[in-house]
Amino acid sequence: MHEMSIAAAVVEQVADAAVRHGATAVATVRLEVGELAGVVPEALAFCFALACAGTVLEGAALETLGVAALARCGPCAVEWRPGMPPDLLCPRCGGPDAVLLTGRELRVREVEWAGTVPSAPAPPS
Amino acid sequence: MCRSSDLRQAVLARNDDSAALLRSELAARGTVAVNLLSSPGSGKTALLEGELAAARERGVPVAALTADLATENDARRLARTGVPVQQILTGGLCHLEAVMLRGYLAGWLPPGTRVLFLENVGNLVCPAVYDLGESLRVTLASVTEGEDKPLKYPTAFGLAQVVLVTKTDLAAAVGFDEEAFLENVARVNPGVEVVFTSARDGRGTGALLERALAVQEGAVPHRPVLARTPEPAPAPVPVSAVGRVPTVHEHAHAHTHDHPAHGHDHAHTHDHTPHDHDHRHDHGSAAGAPHPHGAPVVDPL
Repeated sequence: MHEMSIAAAVVEQVADAAVRHGATAVATVRLEVGELAGVVPEALAFCFALACAGTVLEGAALETLGVAALARCGPCAVEWRPGMPPDLLCPRCGGPDAVLLTGRELRVREVEWAGTVPSAPAPPS
Repeated sequence: MCRSSDLRQAVLARNDDSAALLRSELAARGTVAVNLLSSPGSGKTALLEGELAAARERGVPVAALTADLATENDARRLARTGVPVQQILTGGLCHLEAVMLRGYLAGWLPPGTRVLFLENVGNLVCPAVYDLGESLRVTLASVTEGEDKPLKYPTAFGLAQVVLVTKTDLAAAVGFDEEAFLENVARVNPGVEVVFTSARDGRGTGALLERALAVQEGAVPHRPVLARTPEPAPAPVPVSAVGRVPTVHEHAHAHTHDHPAHGHDHAHTHDHTPHDHDHRHDHGSAAGAPHPHGAPVVDPL
């Protein structure tokens, strides 16, 4: 259950970014999770809510953006979706020399701030 | 009013940075680390007993660090080989992380060590995504676990630089289908070497040590397809990310960890010198401050 560790890392990174941006609250965190990242989005969502408690992220929503895996064979340049479990042998030449173009992402893509943002203050109502 | 920031930050960046630093520090000392992953009971400790004894017989300086949620049984077993051994009790954490590992090694790892074996927590899920600064990652499967283990745990087997089959003396008794296993390994990790071993009858003993020493002497280990990922867009400033070949340890998802929200920070270690099993236990360590016993001077690696 390393999703708790990962959730804690996301919270720490976003909290650091909040300080840099002068934000006092977080509305939404958008996270890219590759198909082969070894992370279960449902488990991560559960842990995220716990990890946010008592931080500037308290109450923030987590949006997980799934990234499909895509592989490309070096010698014959064919691209394919390896699936799950992944089939990483080239479907054309049967060779072992592929590169994984996408599918192992685990990345904080974007944060939507809420509350006070001094560098971009809300217009007076 | 809301405003958004485009962060594009790898979640596990801190772990990966720490792993890269540890790898370079170990390299400067002439040490390579070998990260051993398997499910519980696959035979990591029995395998290591053989490898440590083989190293001892050949006069090769090696050391081992073994991680478990509880008990020091493994370190006691390994210490009988006469090799420096340290037990890490993770206090519930299901995997090792590079950040904690650096602390454990400081002041403990004997100078001149050529190979440092890292016996990870028995678990094929969580340890798979954490680079520990190893130069050789080995995933074990025993013949009793079924031929489809590599398909069920594609990250653990897909990122292995050597796959090692254990308990082959039982293969006939359990009807192990070697061909099917090899096909499944090739599917998730084409080109990886598969080594067959038995701690019971000695088959393959010393093979892992040889692979590790080869890497220590400069051989380039297998690069799994799963690890051959294009360079992710650097953060925070968007920069074109082309023209750089990632190393085997660079994941598209670099990592960061501090565990502020749960009790992962009380791991502690026990230094097992050979024939000495009298250990003090101190479970009250502060967060992020592992404390190898018997290491009075903190010697940055």
